[in-house]
Amino acid sequence: MLGALIIVFREVIEAGLIVGIILAVTKGVAGSRLLIGAGVAAGLVGAGLVAAFAGYLAEAMHGVGQEMFNAGVLSLAVAMLAWHNIWMASHGRELAADARKLGVDVRSGARSLAALGVVVAVAVMREGSEVALFLYGLVASSATSTRELLAGSGLGVLAGAAVTSLTYFGLVAIPTRWLFAVTTVLITFVAAGLAGQAIVFLQQAGAVTALSQTAWDTSAYLSDTSLFGRVLHTLIGYADQPSILQLMVYFATLASITLLSRLFSPGRAKPERAAAPAIR
Amino acid sequence: MNAVLFRAVICAFALALSPAALAEESFLAKVSLKDHRFVPAELTAPANTPITIEVTNLDSTPSEFESKTMRVEKLVAAGGKITLQVRALAAGRYRFFDDYHEDTAEGFLVVK
Repeated sequence: MLGALIIVFREVIEAGLIVGIILAVTKGVAGSRLLIGAGVAAGLVGAGLVAAFAGYLAEAMHGVGQEMFNAGVLSLAVAMLAWHNIWMASHGRELAADARKLGVDVRSGARSLAALGVVVAVAVMREGSEVALFLYGLVASSATSTRELLAGSGLGVLAGAAVTSLTYFGLVAIPTRWLFAVTTVLITFVAAGLAGQAIVFLQQAGAVTALSQTAWDTSAYLSDTSLFGRVLHTLIGYADQPSILQLMVYFATLASITLLSRLFSPGRAKPERAAAPAIR
Repeated sequence: MNAVLFRAVICAFALALSPAALAEESFLAKVSLKDHRFVPAELTAPANTPITIEVTNLDSTPSEFESKTMRVEKLVAAGGKITLQVRALAAGRYRFFDDYHEDTAEGFLVVK
């Protein structure tokens, strides 16, 4: 039972953290709870479909369908997170205060929200499909301990939900004037980490072979499959044995989002203020 | 300057994704999963050569072939067969496992 709990929990940590962050980012935004709920629901449906058609997916595109699909949805999530940050940079000043409740630029605000809904759906779908397959395996094997294993899995999902609430309450405990700056940085790092993961899938598919050498090996100090490693893996994209290309894409994503946000920020004419937007 | 960097990033992506990269010769290693164990439990492959691993799942439940050191993870449907690409490796022993049955399904790729 403990084994099943750990396996399921490990799979849902990433989705749990991401949903927690996005709940905090959109706190107080009208309609955000409905949209995140829809994202989770769409993600669950997607997870079921991916799990049900895992065999077909694996055989698609000359056997690299699974990797290409993962790389694709990860890239989509990166694009959505990047777009959100850039949009917030260009509209953030009037929204950062409680103006967001007044419906300033409601339409594009809703679009930014939809982008985050997509990120939630992708996160839930990726992790959820693996949990679904694991559970299906448990049920299909009809072992005597199946019920116990299912109970363990249920607890694993609950533990994942606990991660979501811990993340959310941890973040919203930050004073409002700091919260925006913190979540902006957090989302930039999450996006960079996801971009790095997309590269890992492209390398596994053989679609990318350049710069596949391992940049460093810190697995002896902090394995990225350990609990803390897993959390860092999601939050800042920590990998214990990244390839050189993975690192390059990671930093390129960090730089691109930061530069584009700065570029679209209305305050960019005054760089000394743009450098520290949260300090007043 | 930002536009230049942005264009450089796009170019880097395009270059990295070019299909020419697919053409490289690789060594094929085959392994099966039966009763949640790898058969054979030890594979061998030459060093400094890209490796293709073919995994056949003979069980009636899905599994996830995973290796930290080879940096791969891929679902294998019940009765399914997958292949995955591993970068050229230095000599050594590389562990792999079925993420859903790690207690029984463990194997090693010996690279020499």
